Amino acid sequence: MTGTGEEVMFWILGPLSVLGALGLVFAKKAVHAALGMALTMIILGIFYIAQDADFLGVIQIFVYTGAVIMLFLFVVMLVGVDSSDSLVETLTGQRWATAVLSLGLGGILGAQIGRASLDDAVGLDAVNAQTGNVSGVAELIFGRYVWVFEITSALLITAALGAMVLAHRERLGKGPNQKEWSKRRFQEGEHLAGLPAPGVYARHNAVDTPALLPDGTPSELSVSRVLTARDQNLAPEEYTAGERTIERDVQEGGER
Amino acid sequence: MSIIAALPEVVSLVAEGTDNPRADFSDTPLWLTVVKALIVFVYLLVSTLLVIWFERRVIGRMQQRPGPNRNGPFGLLQTLADGMKAMLKEDVRPKAADAFVFTLAPIITASMAFVAFAIMPMAGEVSMFGHTTPFQLTDTPVAVLLVLAVAGVGIYGVVLAGWSSGSTYPLMGGLRSSAQMISYEIAMGLSLVAVFLYAGSMSTSQIVSAQSDLWFVVPAFFSFFVYVITMVGETNRLPFDLAEGEGELTGGFHTEYGSMRFAMFFLGEYINMFTVSALATTMFLGGYQAPPGLASVFGGALNEGWWGLLWFTAKLWMFMFVFVWLRGSLPRVRYDQFMRFGWKFLIPATLAWVVLVAFFRAGQNGWLGGTWDVAGRSFPVVSLVLVGVIAVLALVGGWMWDTRTERKEAAAHPEIPDEIDPYAGGHPVPPMPGQRLREPSLTAPALPSAPDTEEAPRG
Repeated sequence: MTGTGEEVMFWILGPLSVLGALGLVFAKKAVHAALGMALTMIILGIFYIAQDADFLGVIQIFVYTGAVIMLFLFVVMLVGVDSSDSLVETLTGQRWATAVLSLGLGGILGAQIGRASLDDAVGLDAVNAQTGNVSGVAELIFGRYVWVFEITSALLITAALGAMVLAHRERLGKGPNQKEWSKRRFQEGEHLAGLPAPGVYARHNAVDTPALLPDGTPSELSVSRVLTARDQNLAPEEYTAGERTIERDVQEGGER
Repeated sequence: MSIIAALPEVVSLVAEGTDNPRADFSDTPLWLTVVKALIVFVYLLVSTLLVIWFERRVIGRMQQRPGPNRNGPFGLLQTLADGMKAMLKEDVRPKAADAFVFTLAPIITASMAFVAFAIMPMAGEVSMFGHTTPFQLTDTPVAVLLVLAVAGVGIYGVVLAGWSSGSTYPLMGGLRSSAQMISYEIAMGLSLVAVFLYAGSMSTSQIVSAQSDLWFVVPAFFSFFVYVITMVGETNRLPFDLAEGEGELTGGFHTEYGSMRFAMFFLGEYINMFTVSALATTMFLGGYQAPPGLASVFGGALNEGWWGLLWFTAKLWMFMFVFVWLRGSLPRVRYDQFMRFGWKFLIPATLAWVVLVAFFRAGQNGWLGGTWDVAGRSFPVVSLVLVGVIAVLALVGGWMWDTRTERKEAAAHPEIPDEIDPYAGGHPVPPMPGQRLREPSLTAPALPSAPDTEEAPRG
């Protein structure tokens, strides 16, 4: 049986958790999506606690919100601002297939859940009063299911080690030193004197001002990729436009 | 196979003890809980106001200057004045900031800081408005884990503040401090496991009552050592305040913050200090129990009721003084050294310590063989064997380390001969300090004779 307090809490937090889940799907910024997921995870943890599973609820918040989604956030924050989601369909007909499949899955789930008949909830009161929440879980994990638990953890550790081994790139030879770099640069024959420095030949010497090439065009190579992606580069137009006005005035004056 | 056969027995032993909290809230109506929540809130706010003044005064004393002494008696109202100033300042938000998250971050930090204090037992059973109630807001079988979980959510404030500022230094500061807090939370959680093993519960009230004979700082001394280090790392305080290293990152994650939003970060940081100190008090120093010696005078009267609040506060402020003392005396460490220390020393060492404590506990419970009577007291054989093994290992390790350092020392400083032939290599070399010069040997290549060409006359 659900008490009044629990019901009130459910009707406040339930919609909020759905909102978080929808935010994960529809948010434009990746960080907002991760935040939506964190909200849903916290509310799930609170639901567990409300149903007397204190240990599970706290661990849910501790592990998922505190560790897993924090790692998501890390990655999302560190991904460069200039990498954006590609909206091109790589597999033809992928969207339609996804729509059909998710509709089907939703239909099956809805039909099954609608048909299910639930008995009265047993609750954890009796178990909590007898052995306690943590000891009860410990008894199951380290007693009845000890081998399942140990094998699963061994599997997870193997997976983590495997991921590290696969992602780790061992350097086979020694890295090129400065001399070899310069030799390679001359063999390739491009940018023999290094990339153009920002602000050179322009009217400004800041890093966000692209260098002007001898023909007057700004050089993309001279400024940081990130600044270009953020649209934070200064355009040299305001300076070249001013120069052109002066040139025109001079020309007009000469013709007069 | 004997281990497998022994498992059901172990399980039955585990099942005997229940871990439900000992604190009894049956005589606590809802309104009293609200009153207690208010008291905890005010206690924390007033403590924060006081501790900022305390910190500035103590550091001032350590640096031979007075510290704030103008506002109010002894400068006590200085923090209040600073708070009023923060409230009245202009609220600036950078143009590139993410408006919603920028405001959300300080709110998360400040509110999460208060939540963790709900499970701290600040005193035992007290009578309050005609009801007998334990002086703690709530207690659960997993109370200490709750503190760690809330701290984990609190880190979001720092990370999001760094990201939402839309600027480079805050982002780097936010990443740094969150990496630091997550890493040190692992070591912190592991160090607490030893206490759980000794107390047989994770509820704060049970842990405190389990320490009535012996504070856990004695049997779990290594855990205490690790906890005190991680608690400084966890709160981003000097010497571990790398997130706000002014020389590298200006202000770190709160570079772009000002006014009340900054004040909330400030408040959150100080309340976090109180939270970790309160947890240390509860886990290792007997919580609200009177110090040994005082506990038995007047028939244990000093160990009951409201006296607990005094002992709790005194122990709390002892830790606060340690925080200030560290800040006054230690320089900031380098970030990579700090992380290496956390991951390569603290975590493995604490892990080994927890395994060791588990063996000790199993020996105490009589699961691993019998006992041995020494000088009238009986010790489990396992514990004695383990202590012997560790002593031998420490001796062997120390000896090996010694010889290795000696060898390294010898390799780093090759022996200098007493005499030197300055022309041995064909090029004159000056002697090292303490060396004698030998006469030039006959086999040395002859010095080039004077140049043939005379200097052309000038002018």
